[in-house]
Amino acid sequence: MSAPVTSTMQVPAIISINNIYLLIGFVVMFLVVKTIQDPAHPKKWTTALFWFLFGNVFLFGDLSIKLFGEPITYQWVGISVLAIALIAGLGKVSMGSYYVPTDEELEQSAQRLKNKLFVPAVMIPIVTVLCTLLLNSINIFDIYLFDQRHVTLAALTLACGLALIVGWKITSGSPLQALAESRRLVDSIGWAAILPQMLAMLGGVFIISQTGTAIQDLVKLFVSPDNRFMLVVIYCTGMALFTMVMGNAFAAFPVMTAGIAMPFLIQGHGASPAPLVAIGMYSGYCGTLMTPMAANFNIVPAALLDLKDKYQVIKVQIPTALTLLAINILLMYGVIFND
Amino acid sequence: MNELNLLPLIGIVIVVFGFALRFNPLLVVCVAGLVTGWAVDLEFLTLIETFGEKFMNSRQLASFLLILPVIALLERYGLQQRAQSWVASIKSATTARILSMYFIVRECSAALGLLSLAGQAQTVRPLLAPMALGAATNLHGELPKPVKDMISAHAAACDNIAVFFGEDIFIAFGAVLLMDAFLKENGIDGIEPLHIGLWAIPTAIAALIVHLFRLARLEAKISHEIAKHTNKSTILNAGLS
Repeated sequence: MSAPVTSTMQVPAIISINNIYLLIGFVVMFLVVKTIQDPAHPKKWTTALFWFLFGNVFLFGDLSIKLFGEPITYQWVGISVLAIALIAGLGKVSMGSYYVPTDEELEQSAQRLKNKLFVPAVMIPIVTVLCTLLLNSINIFDIYLFDQRHVTLAALTLACGLALIVGWKITSGSPLQALAESRRLVDSIGWAAILPQMLAMLGGVFIISQTGTAIQDLVKLFVSPDNRFMLVVIYCTGMALFTMVMGNAFAAFPVMTAGIAMPFLIQGHGASPAPLVAIGMYSGYCGTLMTPMAANFNIVPAALLDLKDKYQVIKVQIPTALTLLAINILLMYGVIFND
Repeated sequence: MNELNLLPLIGIVIVVFGFALRFNPLLVVCVAGLVTGWAVDLEFLTLIETFGEKFMNSRQLASFLLILPVIALLERYGLQQRAQSWVASIKSATTARILSMYFIVRECSAALGLLSLAGQAQTVRPLLAPMALGAATNLHGELPKPVKDMISAHAAACDNIAVFFGEDIFIAFGAVLLMDAFLKENGIDGIEPLHIGLWAIPTAIAALIVHLFRLARLEAKISHEIAKHTNKSTILNAGLS
């Protein structure tokens, strides 16, 4: 669904998307070094290799396109991706050992710093939003501060940088210490950090393999074009199910809407398009709440919150998701038909 | 109907079974991609190139890694402890009230397009979950791990549900623009993004009502779970002694 990105059209910017990727690359490589230095890491070398291959794509991907062109770069990135999946699939990525402060230390420090501790955390969203709204088109001699096509992301990067400095002031912990501390969090997320990109990749393969067309053909076998209610049920449920497989409602939307909603509901029964697509997309979101494929929403938080059951966030969401799916079906049936 | 070609669907079958059998998801997704490509006679090198291209072009998905150092640093200096004790000082704070308040603010701000105002890494882990836990600890004393997990999972769910069902009201959001572009591409004119945004409102309100109703019952559920787990551990202790 994403438009093809052409590197030639970029407007120069200080916090450009390429610089953000470089920064992420440096962060990941720093963690790789820290992993290798970890004396008690049970799977030190394979974990380091896993993150090295990942960071490499951020650090050298754009440079490689410039030097060797797109085909060669995409090939080595593709092979790296396979290696990453293989390392993770063989269970060779694990947590390491970390310095964990005692509860007393934490309590003491919390007592000492009080609500000042909230400042950097609250700063990140507020600075991001303010920068997005106020500074988005600032430029000096046609060099923009923020990448014009990724303003929010650039603003977020700036906000994180500022928050690190303010955090340094408040806690006396340097940005380098902050980076080292973040290894604990990154390791607890582990492979789930990479799954969203892998799914984007699978989506790309599905597009060129015309999986969408095959799904449309399959679904059409079950459709009886006269039963309006069943058509609505199949469209909404189909959106939710296909979203669960793809982990993303955006990937399911064009397939299901072109396959069922357009021919049968809009053309066949004169359904009103605006509520149809709005409620259809929301039916897809009900699916997002129920699938491990939406890793960044469902699996990463479980890791971040140190939950024993990695599917617990999904389990908590399922009752709301199913109720809303039923409401969506009834709502859509109630509002899209004008006669 | 033309001849039905189901081969491109093999990837979906692999994804479903791979997850069901608990293989590592990265491996499952890669294998699904490889097999799908092979099933539709894609050349191996072209397939690898597609892998690389899509992986490269979706790198912005990893940007949450930049937030983690700030959060990790603050946690090293007691952020979660502070969030808990701060909430404990507010006598009227309960887990359900904190989560409900957050849900409302998050959904409304998402409807205004302020998506980056919060998130799993930047607010749920460092602030919301500790506060929700703090309120429950305040009321019930030290919580058993399963109850802690349940409350934390509810905090994460609040953020997801609120943002998902708020964001489509905001007409400049990607989903709305995608729907708009899809309709125009398919020859349906006269629909403005504003219409789509307006029709997102009923479901957004339904999400608010449904989830706040569930949260209202959360306090009772927490008490119930705590009673269940303390009973279990008393029996266990009695058995040991």
